[in-house]
Amino acid sequence: MRVIKIRKASDCREQDVTPEAIYRQRRAFMKGSMLGAGLLLGSSPLQAALNITGYREKVVTVDEEITPFKDATRYNNFYEFGTGKSDPARNAGEFDTSDWKVTVSGECAKPGVLSLEDLIDNKDLEERIYRLRCVEAWSMVIPWIGVPLATLLKRFEPTSKAKYVAFRTLVDPERMPGQKRAVLDWPYREGLRIDEAMHPLTLIAVGMYGKPMPNQNGAPLRLVVPWKYGFKSIKSIVAIEFTEQQPQTTWNMQNPREYGFYSNVNPKVSHPRWSQARERRIGEFFKRKTLMFNGYEDEVASLYAGMDLKKYF
Amino acid sequence: MKPWIKPLFFLLCLSPMGWIVGNALWGDLGANPVETVTFQTGDWALRLLLLTLALSPLRRITGWSGWIRLRRMAGLFVYFYASSHFLIWFLADHALDPVSMWDDVTERPYIALGFSAWLLLAPLAITSTNGWIRRLGRRWKLLHRLVYPILALAVLHYLWLVKADYLLAGIHATLAALLLLWRVPGFGSLRSAWRVQPG
Repeated sequence: MRVIKIRKASDCREQDVTPEAIYRQRRAFMKGSMLGAGLLLGSSPLQAALNITGYREKVVTVDEEITPFKDATRYNNFYEFGTGKSDPARNAGEFDTSDWKVTVSGECAKPGVLSLEDLIDNKDLEERIYRLRCVEAWSMVIPWIGVPLATLLKRFEPTSKAKYVAFRTLVDPERMPGQKRAVLDWPYREGLRIDEAMHPLTLIAVGMYGKPMPNQNGAPLRLVVPWKYGFKSIKSIVAIEFTEQQPQTTWNMQNPREYGFYSNVNPKVSHPRWSQARERRIGEFFKRKTLMFNGYEDEVASLYAGMDLKKYF
Repeated sequence: MKPWIKPLFFLLCLSPMGWIVGNALWGDLGANPVETVTFQTGDWALRLLLLTLALSPLRRITGWSGWIRLRRMAGLFVYFYASSHFLIWFLADHALDPVSMWDDVTERPYIALGFSAWLLLAPLAITSTNGWIRRLGRRWKLLHRLVYPILALAVLHYLWLVKADYLLAGIHATLAALLLLWRVPGFGSLRSAWRVQPG
């Protein structure tokens, strides 16, 4: 059975459309849960001006229970706001993402510095419900809203020398207090091979759970690569660069023996700290089996045909 | 020693478990409750181990001999939290499957360290009674020196599982190093300097 269905919006069947009563109920629930969250999610002036309504629902989905919004927004690895799991929710509330700029450079015909609104075309927004598997052996199911990275990258007309795409997170210790300590070598860096970046599952997300991206989850825009460990899905991106050489990536720089450039979810390649054979789905007590490529094997295995995944972990 | 001191100390040592159980039943242990319980029980096992080893320096510094009479209870609470730490991991991470558990111990050095520390605590907990102290005589003291390698194992277990932020683990490791240094024979003069002079 294929769990993942990639469909065009026009293929949307009747049962895929959420009945309005339930939809409204969800909205009411969201509002309720946001009362305590204060500034974090309301349409505050601190937030980027991108309008994320009108996205196509469930363009890609998975037949598993969605992680409660509350858990997805209070259990985060985002060291820019502190190394504890609850630090980002506590420290990112005031993070100002209005007037956000993204620099696109490197091996492309049309580099530039773009605002979020120029970078993301509303008409391209899709909801995609993906599994998220952290290298620490826990996982969630999250309804992201975003655009395929390929759609976004093609506008810049990468040249034939563009073999990789590198990403960087903002560095601003005043706004990101976790950066006041050199826990990692800031800025946070990530990268993908160009074919991984252009893969239809790779997403640039600007929202989740029908809302603009919460600060602690990587506002205003972040990468989502569902078949790789979560740390590859870099948050709060300010720079995208097409490169010919494989770019440096933060956790690989930190500990190359433990974190590879590829970091594909692979239950057969053990990590020195965590067995990757199983994972704890947030909300469950016992661990469940981890799926090859996080359950996206049918879609992405061909990217790595002939590669020794134990060597290129 | 005042009669209320021991019961109060007992309640203080029990309060972290009270926090865990209270939140499990009526509150909220966060998005990953298993991880919360695992971290809390591990933290408190190590903190109480540091406290246990701080009691004799405390006697030296304050001149109050009552500290030593709390040592057995503190040590038994170390075993209580370390065993809870082991049990939640064995239950939730390994579904009580000994083979799965043993694979984790043999494949991951930091788990092997923690597991050894917990195993070594058992003989100390068992021989903590007055009967065993009498029966073992001089050998009892020798046996209970195991607490020093146990502390080293526990600290390494903690340091080794840190991904990037060594602050908290480093604080615990520093305290452990100080408590071990205190016991090095050459530091005798330092210790007597701390002694409170009888007035």
